[in-house]
Amino acid sequence: MAEGRMAVKRRINPRLWLSAGWLFILVVAALAAPLLAPQDPLAQDLFASRLPPLWQMGAEPGYPLGSDSLGRDVLSRILYGARIALLVALIAGTCTCILGAGLGLIAGYYRGWPDMVISRFIDIWMAFPPVLFAILLIAVMGTGLTSIIVAIVVIDWTRFARVIRAEAMSQGAMDYVASAKVAGRARFGIMLREILPNVLPTIIVLLTLEMGIAVIVEAILSFVNLSISTDDPTWGSMIAEGRATIHQSWWVLVFPLITLFLTVLSFSQLGEGLKDHFDPVLR
Amino acid sequence: MTLIRTFLKRLASMLITLIGVAVIVFFVIRIVPGNPIAMMLPPGAGEEDIVRLKALYGFDKSIPEQFLIWTKGIVSGDFGTSITTRQPVLLLVLGRLPATLELSIMALVMAIGIGGILALTGTRHRGQKAEALIDVTNGVSLSVPDFLWGLLFILLFGVLWPVFHISGRVSPALDLPFVTNFYLFESLVRLRFDIWLDLVSHMFMPALALAIPLAAIIAQLLKQSLKETMHLDYVTLARTKGYSENHVILREALPNAVLPTLTLVGVQFTFLIGGTVIIERLFSYEGLGNMAIDAVINRDLPLIQGIVILFAVIFTTVNLLVDLTYALLNPRLRHG
Amino acid sequence: MSFLKLEGLNVRVGSLPILRDVSLQVESGEVRALVGESGAGKSMIGKAILGTLPDAIAVTGGRIYLDGDDLMTLAAKDRRRLIGSKAALIPQDPLTALNPARRVGPQISNRLVDILGWRRQDAEKRVIELLHEVHIPAPERVMRAYPHELSGGMRQRILIASAFAAEPRLIVADEPTTALDVTVQKQILRLIRDMQRRHGTALLFVTHDLGVVSKLCQSMTVLYGGKVLEDTTVDQFFRGPAHAYSAALLAATPKYTDPDSSLMPVPEAVIRAVEAEIADHDQRRL
Repeated sequence: MAEGRMAVKRRINPRLWLSAGWLFILVVAALAAPLLAPQDPLAQDLFASRLPPLWQMGAEPGYPLGSDSLGRDVLSRILYGARIALLVALIAGTCTCILGAGLGLIAGYYRGWPDMVISRFIDIWMAFPPVLFAILLIAVMGTGLTSIIVAIVVIDWTRFARVIRAEAMSQGAMDYVASAKVAGRARFGIMLREILPNVLPTIIVLLTLEMGIAVIVEAILSFVNLSISTDDPTWGSMIAEGRATIHQSWWVLVFPLITLFLTVLSFSQLGEGLKDHFDPVLR
Repeated sequence: MTLIRTFLKRLASMLITLIGVAVIVFFVIRIVPGNPIAMMLPPGAGEEDIVRLKALYGFDKSIPEQFLIWTKGIVSGDFGTSITTRQPVLLLVLGRLPATLELSIMALVMAIGIGGILALTGTRHRGQKAEALIDVTNGVSLSVPDFLWGLLFILLFGVLWPVFHISGRVSPALDLPFVTNFYLFESLVRLRFDIWLDLVSHMFMPALALAIPLAAIIAQLLKQSLKETMHLDYVTLARTKGYSENHVILREALPNAVLPTLTLVGVQFTFLIGGTVIIERLFSYEGLGNMAIDAVINRDLPLIQGIVILFAVIFTTVNLLVDLTYALLNPRLRHG
Repeated sequence: MSFLKLEGLNVRVGSLPILRDVSLQVESGEVRALVGESGAGKSMIGKAILGTLPDAIAVTGGRIYLDGDDLMTLAAKDRRRLIGSKAALIPQDPLTALNPARRVGPQISNRLVDILGWRRQDAEKRVIELLHEVHIPAPERVMRAYPHELSGGMRQRILIASAFAAEPRLIVADEPTTALDVTVQKQILRLIRDMQRRHGTALLFVTHDLGVVSKLCQSMTVLYGGKVLEDTTVDQFFRGPAHAYSAALLAATPKYTDPDSSLMPVPEAVIRAVEAEIADHDQRRL
């Protein structure tokens, strides 16, 4: 029986590698966008509008995945859009993590008043429809990268807070914490040095999930035309335009959609794969 | 007795949460830049018009004062007047509510159906290829949010196989002899199956997009719960009595396996309802969510407030109902 | 002809043997003990007979004859029906062996209605009869109770009633008193003995307690490591067992009449001898 357990741990997790692989390609593509993009993502050329992708009739060599109604190259916009998506994923994901996990740790470990207040906040926050709240915040704060990040953090910190709070509570009840307290360690120190490392695997898994969510929220917001700005090549705004012109130029919708799909899927599967890796016994 | 006490406590808690929501939304949207009044006025309107309108909507008073006036209004059922349509917010909001409720419930039913079947099949054929296949597709479905499913369906059924409608709630050509806005329900009651079919063909895609993530969660949770339940002694005992595998899964294990999944599924259902905001927009479905987005774009403050409060009421009510159902179904809690 | 006959039963999990060429017989009305340490395989025999082996464990050889029919050759449906109508189980843990979501009355009678086709009214009458037999007061009220409303002892009585409901010819009792309070154990054992005598049911009694064996059983099978070491009558066993391991078991039983005597565990040498026997057996099979 013991050998079975070991085998699970050692087995190369395919989804881990596949998702990490795609994300790696994406990062490289985003960083090398100026080198890889055939056109300037913002350049409009009305003579080159609604060109189909390479393998269809009527395509032009400079626009491998086709162009939109304003003649902008789809591939270039996808590559530059990746920059925005990854930037948002990284920054928004990390900020949400820090805020949510931080509050969750405090609530779960200290209990008492901090827990009551934070839990009440979580309840109130979860009574808001998230997308609507985000749209509202953007309307209040105006468009722009900072607004997007703030909006994502504000609507999704509860995801971290609830889970980390529960974990902190169960860790806090364990013997090693009791012995630390008896040894006279300061409460804050215990939280940071004893509880946090044990909760770290969960935090990392949630972080990858959160990055996927950040990408989606940004896409939704720019779909509703409230993201960075109407000019910037975000996947969401491409999808919005593609949705409107779906019958005339399906490629404007399909390619950013596929990229978005693969990216969100990869973040999610990366999280699941990490979860497997950290605790195969649970499986 | 204890059941009633817990219920009342939850009700009070719900109220506090709603007040919190009201406060937050009220104050957040008053920081909004952009002058809603200016959007309403025709160009060339004079100062007096602006002042008059401001007074009409109470924007000339201080924010705390406005809040007091607004809450007083709520208690008597007056949620203010929409800036964009000049109609009472309550009327507008309750008018759109049925559409969103029908969509959400249709999605819920689909999710339970799909998720339940997957979980049961996976349990019936545990350890075999079928279960592995279910796990894999489940994993993918879990990772993809409703927004993406919606876009995928629009692509598939808008362009490739136009079987379902991808826009609107009902075909505009149809004449609707309805009293309420619960079109789906009323069309059944009135036996107007032609209208019912038309409604379903419009609702199917958005409902499915909403349903798939929830179905995946239900499938995963229920399958896990069934797996644990199937090991219990009473299930084994039922086998010795001569019952078939199917009977054992459905009649012995399932009723006990469902209970632990209820709370989590309830929470996920509220997420589904939240998802109607963007899905309705995507499919141009005339529900609350769609109206909400327009309200934000048009800075229609009273309408925004009303919609957010209504969503909050829906969420907290669903949570309350789930907890109530759990208490009722758990024999241990029922007989205390 | 014996009612139950096991011939060279082999059970494995993967490549690991759990039961090694187990053969035994139970005649109609006979009370046979299955004795052994934890992990000796006694519960597995019961599970193999009743068809409730866990997923990963399978019968890899041998035959099980129930009332003349070879269970291994029957179709799944027929096998289930045969077992359900002619055999029954008294499980070990009364706290987990009853469905918490259902009242106890139907749990006693459901086999009668669903598998054997009885009418509901007849089944309910039978339930009340059975509840009287197992000395449960106010049977009409208890019938409608949920398991969590009853004590452990009462639940075990319900399970006993349920086992005898269809007048089975064989009952497998899997350590039915291990999970109970000491005070209740004696009552339950007495109840099982009385009911067995009254109904004339054959009983396969799985236990590690030799005291229970001496009071209840006529014959016994001693197991170690999934292998039958001794098959004899109870009288014979207590007069002088044939196998060294059995003798050590007997000697290891605490003597309540002599509290100063020291506890004697089974000697190492005996264990090693038995394990050598088992290794030989496995070698020969290869």
